[in-house]
Amino acid sequence: MSETDRPTTTVLLPESAGGWSRRDFIKGVIASTVTVSGVSYFGAGCASPLPAQTGGVERLVSLSVNGQTRRVDVAPNETLATTLRYKLGLTGTKIGCNRAECGACTVLIGDVNHYACSTLTHRVRDREITTVEGLESGDGTLHPVQQAFIDELGPQCGFCTPGQVMSAVALLRANPNPTRKEAQAAMSGNLCRCGAYDHYLNGVMRAAQEV
Amino acid sequence: MSDAMTGFELYQPTDVEQAVDLIGRYGSRGWILTGGYDSLDWFKDRVKAPQAVIDIQGVAELRGVRPTDGGGIEIGALTTLTEVTTSPTVRDRFRLLADAAGEVASPQIRNAGTLGGNLCQDTRCWYYRYGVDCYRAGGNTCYAAAPDAQNREHAIFGASRCVAVSPSDTAPALVALDAEMVVLGAGGERVIRAEDFFMEPAVDITRMTVLEPDELLVSVRIPSTWADAHFYFEKVADRNSWDFALASIAAAFKTDGVRVEDARIAFGAVQCTPRRMTRVEEWLRGRALTPEGVDAAAALASKGAQPLAYNEYKIPLVQNLVKRALRSV
Repeated sequence: MSETDRPTTTVLLPESAGGWSRRDFIKGVIASTVTVSGVSYFGAGCASPLPAQTGGVERLVSLSVNGQTRRVDVAPNETLATTLRYKLGLTGTKIGCNRAECGACTVLIGDVNHYACSTLTHRVRDREITTVEGLESGDGTLHPVQQAFIDELGPQCGFCTPGQVMSAVALLRANPNPTRKEAQAAMSGNLCRCGAYDHYLNGVMRAAQEV
Repeated sequence: MSDAMTGFELYQPTDVEQAVDLIGRYGSRGWILTGGYDSLDWFKDRVKAPQAVIDIQGVAELRGVRPTDGGGIEIGALTTLTEVTTSPTVRDRFRLLADAAGEVASPQIRNAGTLGGNLCQDTRCWYYRYGVDCYRAGGNTCYAAAPDAQNREHAIFGASRCVAVSPSDTAPALVALDAEMVVLGAGGERVIRAEDFFMEPAVDITRMTVLEPDELLVSVRIPSTWADAHFYFEKVADRNSWDFALASIAAAFKTDGVRVEDARIAFGAVQCTPRRMTRVEEWLRGRALTPEGVDAAAALASKGAQPLAYNEYKIPLVQNLVKRALRSV
């Protein structure tokens, strides 16, 4: 499959976009670059052609990501983490273990936290997806969880942070006043190899006072 | 990119008839996807490469907890583990299952993983998972029982060539609750007792359940028999989160305040199927739980165990879990 066969993957303009600011434009260019390099990366791994579709899912789908509708070409065996990172340029979602074990890829589907690395993108066509990029408000104010993680020095290397943030947001949506023990259980699907668990927990408890 | 799974056709049926039709059409070349987290691991490792993946998540009728005529409940196979563990009905009357479902893996996995998927999951034996040609994979040797094999997690009971264990947390709970599995295939519906749902390696070493390739587990029925009994569930694992059991106990007791009237005890992760401790149950019936009695019951629980090189510790583990369950009564 040559790269020219995959032009649709670089489309990242939201359908609902109004006026375009310079900042949006630059963001777009950056994302496009990421997307293009991601395509060759992804393409190399999928050297064997996919079998012909016989009545399976349509590849061209609309995804609702961070409140925007995005049209994207999705292979049947493509994971949400891959689509977000390499097709939509949303690289805030990290791929750590890629085996539903570490939690770095955690995103919200609806209000519930899921591992994006192990969710087929086709399963979330009709769902509202929120990534770490979708949390800050329009004026750039961070989500209380993000701010609390900064205040409590949550991240060290930072690689697990987006996933930790998303799990904390999911927790506080389901249970705005968790006990520390409940927070611990709710965050237990996110590993931190720096071992900053207590800092993150402090952050969750601080954020709980503010949301 | 390590998630370069081999290509497959993806189907997303929205009702049971479509799903069963697709499953029947593809048979062993098809793969039923529910939560999908374990399935995708298999695909990414390229140990499994189905021609068609049948994602049944959209079959709404297979989801939810409903009461049944006899005072029991029926749980759709696609009900997520989070839904099972938080369901008021399950918590109030069959807490054993709610506790077991709440111990599975991590919150994210319980959010996606389904009761049916948890019951039908394949074993965690890492030799097998690695993709070697062991008995279970259709070959002619067991790597986990070799003299220098690492088999700390493996079976102490009922091994037959394969020494892998049942990894499910909910399976022993459903065996203890005397549940029934409702299975649908092209040939119609059949109902199987939870105890008989799991496949002994001596019968068919390549399957974990009695499901045929063209069959689908659609729901689990729990009779009222053990509703509101005294329950005890405990899972012992190396880590508190995201780990499979080294041994787990699911027990239900009915007492008159002094004596045990009836008991059901099932273990996970000590045998290839959930292991029901029938001898312990029989011994307990009509007895008062004295400290000596508890010790005697515990000793009975490990009778017949045949440990491998690195899992002898499971014998006192099984005994101590029985003691803890009995002391909780």
